[in-house]
Amino acid sequence: MLSCISRALAALGLLACLAMPLRAEPPADPLQSPVWKDIAKKTFGDAEVRFDDRVKVLVPSVVENQAQVPVTADARQLPNVEKILIIADLNPIQHVLTLTPAPGKSEAFISFRMKVEQATPVRAAALTSDGVWHVGGVNLDAAGGGCSSPAMARGDADWTDTLGNAQGRMWRKDDGAARLRFRVRHPMDTGLAKDNTPAFYIEKFDIKGAGGDPLATLEMFEPVSEDPTVTMELKVPPSDASVTIDGRDNNGTIYRSTVPAPWNESALAARQSAHPN
Amino acid sequence: MPRLSRRELIAAGASSIAAPLLPMFAAEAAPLTYALKPIKIGDGAWMIAGANEAITFENGGAIANITILDSSAGAIIIDTGPSRRFGEQLAELAKDLTGKSVARVYVTHFHPDHVFGNQAFTADTIAAPQGVIDGLKQSGNGFSDAMYYIARDWMRGTEIVLPGKAVATGIEEIGGRRLNLFALAGHTSSDLAIYEEKSGLLITGDLTFLDRAPTTPHADLAVWSTTLDQLENLQPAKIIPGHGPAENGTRAITQTRDWLEAIEAIITKAYEKGLDILEAAAEPLPPSLEKISLSRYEYERSVMHLYPKLEAARLPGTGNKLQ
Repeated sequence: MLSCISRALAALGLLACLAMPLRAEPPADPLQSPVWKDIAKKTFGDAEVRFDDRVKVLVPSVVENQAQVPVTADARQLPNVEKILIIADLNPIQHVLTLTPAPGKSEAFISFRMKVEQATPVRAAALTSDGVWHVGGVNLDAAGGGCSSPAMARGDADWTDTLGNAQGRMWRKDDGAARLRFRVRHPMDTGLAKDNTPAFYIEKFDIKGAGGDPLATLEMFEPVSEDPTVTMELKVPPSDASVTIDGRDNNGTIYRSTVPAPWNESALAARQSAHPN
Repeated sequence: MPRLSRRELIAAGASSIAAPLLPMFAAEAAPLTYALKPIKIGDGAWMIAGANEAITFENGGAIANITILDSSAGAIIIDTGPSRRFGEQLAELAKDLTGKSVARVYVTHFHPDHVFGNQAFTADTIAAPQGVIDGLKQSGNGFSDAMYYIARDWMRGTEIVLPGKAVATGIEEIGGRRLNLFALAGHTSSDLAIYEEKSGLLITGDLTFLDRAPTTPHADLAVWSTTLDQLENLQPAKIIPGHGPAENGTRAITQTRDWLEAIEAIITKAYEKGLDILEAAAEPLPPSLEKISLSRYEYERSVMHLYPKLEAARLPGTGNKLQ
């Protein structure tokens, strides 16, 4: 019965679409990417898209390691950001990650490292609560080859011994927010490497406060670099002693780590002596 | 001769199908030639100064210093430059300067600006520590991709030639020259320095830089620091650094040490403040470092090399896999 109703609703929706005027083309791309229109249609559908300088993407001036290119996306100047997508137009896998900050619990900011197969535009698309996608980006110059090179771990027979080992630290910021950086040992195989290793990567991190309340969710895809190293900005209440990071890879393995809050200095000191590598 | 654009060439080809093909190819092949200017730095010793720049298409990758020594057995060449074309010109130049063929080639480490001219020489003439040979075997193809991407046509026909002779720390005598070889490390996992006691000339490869910021893609800073002490203990009269001018005295050693210590301190402080890798790369440099050429560029590169290692070493352990 339920499925009949939903089918009817879907049909209605289809009619509504047909009745609407033809949707406008996505706006012209300031980065002049050959695949922008296709990406825009696939990613944003009928939603409104605007290029917006308030969405900043930072990359290094020179790419030193094609498998570890630092990227920072910062949409903190935009109000009510519900989601940030990172897209690399000319990568074999274009969708790199999606950050979903819980409202009022974390900032529209993420820094991480990715693999690039060739020089490519790198974009951040921030969805605000009014349903508009705000897009910023840069052209990244790179020799490439990062997606098709085997993970460093594949050269190490003992890589499973350290798989999932997590490290992290938080810093208190002047504005009272907390900066979280964490790193999890994982090969993050793209499935495209010359050694034929199938795709094997962490696909999700749930970042939670001390009481289990969600602070942010991070969905990741194959282009995120080996041993993911992520920086985020959280609004952790001072009563919270720690933040928990739950991860899951595409083999179903669960990873959990607990990072002490910056004001919990004693726990930080105790853990200094116990890092896993 | 002005170069025709590709479009002009295609248009020319389409309008005159019967035209001979040869002139078209001649117009495509730009006459790329390195301007090799030997600087005399001692008795039967010359240096070809690399450009104080990053590797670009404009300089064809010719950024490293190359040394030529005369001996009664033939020319001795230290490092071969960035491409086959460079190596071939270098071999010609060595012959012109010494009036003899090449007796021995040493390569100081596995970086492409120092070894991609190997092709101009026979493999068993080329000597390097085993670590250099292994490094080139492992990373040569990756370097090659990057070099073709940046220096493009300068690289035409360049292939990796591994040194055929492994050398260790010790003395080699070639045609009346007595060379102290030092198999060291620090700039990479295997670096060769060559010291001639008689003239006091020390050729360091990239273990030293002068008035040009050091590079760190494969550096171990602690090992490098120890190595610099070793080089200083030789009390060389003159140093040919890997990049920058040859000079009497040991300023290249001091400046390299000061640079490495300073950037390590800046990078470590950035980490402790909680800065992200790109924020660390944007940190200001003190004026004493800023005046060194390519300081900003190499500092940013060094952050990319060193920051991930720092994070791996210093981020406290917080958990592991559950199941």
